[in-house]
Amino acid sequence: MTVLLETIGYSNWILHALVWLPVLGVAVVLGTEERKAKTVAFWCSVIVLGLSLGLWWAFDPTISGFQMESTATWIEAWGVNYSLGIDGISLFMVMLTTFSTSLAILGSFNYIRVRERAFYALMLLLEAGVVGVFVATDVFLFYVFFEITLIPMYFIVGVWGGERRIYAAIKFFLYTAFGSLLMLVGILYLFYQTKNILGFPSFAYGDFLGISLTEVEQLWLFAAFALAFSIKVPVFPLHTWLPDAHVEAPTPGSVILAAVLLKMGTYGFVRFLLPLFPLAAQHPVIVATMLMLGLIGIIYTALVAAVQPDAKKLVAYTSVAHMGFVVLGVFALNVNGLQGGLIVMISHGLSTGALFLLLGMLYERRHTRTIEEFGGIARVAPWFATAFVITALASIGVPGTSGFIGEFLALLGTFESHPVIAIFATLGVIFAAYYMLPMVQSVFFNELETPENREVKDLTGREITILAPLCALMIWIGWNPTPFLDRMELSVRAVIERVESAASTPQAFGETTGVYQPEEAD
Amino acid sequence: MQLDFTQPLDYWWALLPEIILCVFGMIVLIAGVTRSSLEEEDGDPSFSHGAHLGWLALVGVLLAGIANGWLYGVQEVGDTSMIAVDGFRLFANWIFLVAAALTILISFAYVHRQRLQAGEFYSLILLASAGMMFMGGARDLIVIFLGLEVMSIAVYALTAFNRHDRKSAEAGLKYFLLGAFSTGFFLYGIALVYGASGSTNITVIGSSVSEGLASPGLLSVAIALLVIGFGFKVSAVPFHMWTPDVYEGAPAPVTAFMSASVKAAGFVALLRVFLVAFDASYATWYPIMWWLAAITMVGANLMALVQSNVKRMLAYSSIAHGGYLLVAVTAANQSAAAGLLFYLLIYTLMNIGAFAVLIGVARHSEEHMRVEDYSGFGWSRPVLGVVLTIFLLSLAGFPGTGGFIGKIYLLQGAADAELWYLSVILVLTTLISYWYYLRVAWFMWMKDSEAQDQHDLVQAPLPMQLALLATVAFILYTGFFPGVTIDLVNDSVHGLGNISELVPGFME
Repeated sequence: MTVLLETIGYSNWILHALVWLPVLGVAVVLGTEERKAKTVAFWCSVIVLGLSLGLWWAFDPTISGFQMESTATWIEAWGVNYSLGIDGISLFMVMLTTFSTSLAILGSFNYIRVRERAFYALMLLLEAGVVGVFVATDVFLFYVFFEITLIPMYFIVGVWGGERRIYAAIKFFLYTAFGSLLMLVGILYLFYQTKNILGFPSFAYGDFLGISLTEVEQLWLFAAFALAFSIKVPVFPLHTWLPDAHVEAPTPGSVILAAVLLKMGTYGFVRFLLPLFPLAAQHPVIVATMLMLGLIGIIYTALVAAVQPDAKKLVAYTSVAHMGFVVLGVFALNVNGLQGGLIVMISHGLSTGALFLLLGMLYERRHTRTIEEFGGIARVAPWFATAFVITALASIGVPGTSGFIGEFLALLGTFESHPVIAIFATLGVIFAAYYMLPMVQSVFFNELETPENREVKDLTGREITILAPLCALMIWIGWNPTPFLDRMELSVRAVIERVESAASTPQAFGETTGVYQPEEAD
Repeated sequence: MQLDFTQPLDYWWALLPEIILCVFGMIVLIAGVTRSSLEEEDGDPSFSHGAHLGWLALVGVLLAGIANGWLYGVQEVGDTSMIAVDGFRLFANWIFLVAAALTILISFAYVHRQRLQAGEFYSLILLASAGMMFMGGARDLIVIFLGLEVMSIAVYALTAFNRHDRKSAEAGLKYFLLGAFSTGFFLYGIALVYGASGSTNITVIGSSVSEGLASPGLLSVAIALLVIGFGFKVSAVPFHMWTPDVYEGAPAPVTAFMSASVKAAGFVALLRVFLVAFDASYATWYPIMWWLAAITMVGANLMALVQSNVKRMLAYSSIAHGGYLLVAVTAANQSAAAGLLFYLLIYTLMNIGAFAVLIGVARHSEEHMRVEDYSGFGWSRPVLGVVLTIFLLSLAGFPGTGGFIGKIYLLQGAADAELWYLSVILVLTTLISYWYYLRVAWFMWMKDSEAQDQHDLVQAPLPMQLALLATVAFILYTGFFPGVTIDLVNDSVHGLGNISELVPGFME
């Protein structure tokens, strides 16, 4: 496989293809007939998915930095480059994106009945934007992709969403934009310092890493970046946009939102917060704050989720809880924690994506999402129930599923650095069972009372095609996480080492990178 | 070719674009009175009698553009002539010419259906543009004043042009009274500058101020008066009171023209006066500009939030954009000046573009201006809907559009001067602006039409299509490939005094 990929020069063009093929797909979809749009869009996304699978083999786990890099000048006067690259942190995010987009598109065939062309075009545009976020190695480019993803999502929620769709769409938009605009000022500050220190303008991620900042500067910049990413994640108490957006969004919108858009926030934590501002990232107050927010997120949202009458809202809240584990893992500031966080990100993408798809399928059959109205579905739709139970277990984090590996590692990492918080966070796993299992029970088991529930049909071939790979992956990662962990390890280690080296010798750190210590600004 | 301005003839060459515009303004005027433009009741607005005058005016703009391009090959000797022949002026001229051409293109349908006097209408646009070009090129306060008056008087007339509409007359009167009042401040400011420095020439004032020859007390008062005068023209808060009413009352194409190029002319002249003449007294005017920028951004964006009339919303939005541009004036450095030119160009395009769609939606009268009139507009007229969405996103400063690059440029200028608080205010007020721009977008795409045939009468004749195509193409082009334009504006500000020597980071 590796040889085959080499002969076609795979690593030279793949990242560009992953960004631009969906854009091409947008044009193709807009050019087709309304009723064929979904098929065309699906095959576009499958081609992208197929191409992205090659990354699994082409990726070299012995390199810690970016690989498959390529750079072209974009805006010369500002030192902005169109440069792409991938490392162990972004690898799985990219694959998760292409994977969930295909499944989300396939899962929306029956759900989206109006304005199909526009819908599928926006889905592909969203895919391009999200892949771009994960592979951009120029901060300006990253920001452009980060912001561009807002537009398709805004329209997906606002046009095809539920009753309160406009409210949810605008809330989503303004919340996220608020954070990213402040981050923009932070980026420009970094740019300004880079220009002064290096003597030439540059937005390159590598150059931003090369300048040394004082602790005060780092704290301010950390705040600006952390706010942007925390809103995106979302970290408690900035999560209030999420339940609205999830509930109002059409199924494929929820899937993409949960599976990949939230990951842009946690990815930002790992990619920017820790390496760029190592002194701030391990400032005791900041670590304590972030860990506490993660912990509160896990426990509070678990309790809130438990009382939701609406199944979709319940799942939406579980997202916040899962992301809490990621925050814990990241701010444990050790290899285990960070790897655990990344696995939780993947696992959450798979399980929550699958849950939203399943709920969408249930909604198509029964036109309700209220938990109480269901009951005994397992008797009439056993395969449906099987898929749902596997997914729910993965979401809870039962051993043998991907959720377990991620949460275990994240908790292990947290325990190494902050045992007390880890002990409390472990309760969160129990809480997950507390909200998820009753829901599964009352929807699928209990008595089959209402006549509508007797009519529920089992999974169709198309739906099995969607759910089978998701369930298989959840179990595969659960039993055999090593190939995933191996590919992440060096990149994760590099991030942790960078943070630790800044801690031990803050002064020497500036000297080793060979740059001049800037004067205090402002 | 070299111009040393010792002979009067050299001024003729230096002023070629302005002269061409004035000549064409008169030709169009005369051509307009020879035949009645009211004889054709119906017919295609693109090629009726009034339209011929419009095309004629466009030829004038094109010729002026060619002359402006030719001036790039001309060298001037010294920098104390009354008219500058530098990149700054020539780039500003592009903005004015583009704005004039686009305004004429989007006016065809409007002039036709409102039965306006086409000859006078187009000729006033040309004359106003010539006035703006004088302001952009002037190196003497008196010439700036002349340009200001030529422009203002033409625009007063344009504002009140629609005689069938009371609001238009009211707007014209209001604009005239307040405009005349502000001109008084401006003129008094010039007089005091002359008193303080002994000259009206910007370069001479600049050197006398930097050598400390000018009386500082008198100069401070003069600067304050000039700020008020310019503040009115660029409608900075708190001198913006006239703007919403005038913008709402004026004929829609005129509003587009005013909000784009009158503002541009004000800013171009403001930048040259403050950066060249008052360079050395930066400490005096820096705090004034800082507060003016902050108040304008915050105030205008907050007021725009509550507007339900799209035309009025765009009026407040244009004040807000003035606030962003004032940040560049406050920063007063190379990248800020370049950013200001870049932003003015993009702003002109996106604003006129948005107004063009608004004129189409407004149909036969000025009635369909509520945001509800846009319900379901996107789905019934997808092309116009997408185009308007792009303009709105660009006005909001979203990536992929020229508006984003422009805003980054302004922020870079602010960063180079270490104006971090002002940058934060800029981005937070941008966030506010998302709300009102997106509101139009959500009515367009997320609500259903109020009636089945609501958007059947929306008009977009050929000239307007041309204008929309050009503006959208350029906004996307600069959004994705801004390099060429950035290099051009960067070169354009080189001749503008010695601004790079300014002390950056003048305290916050």
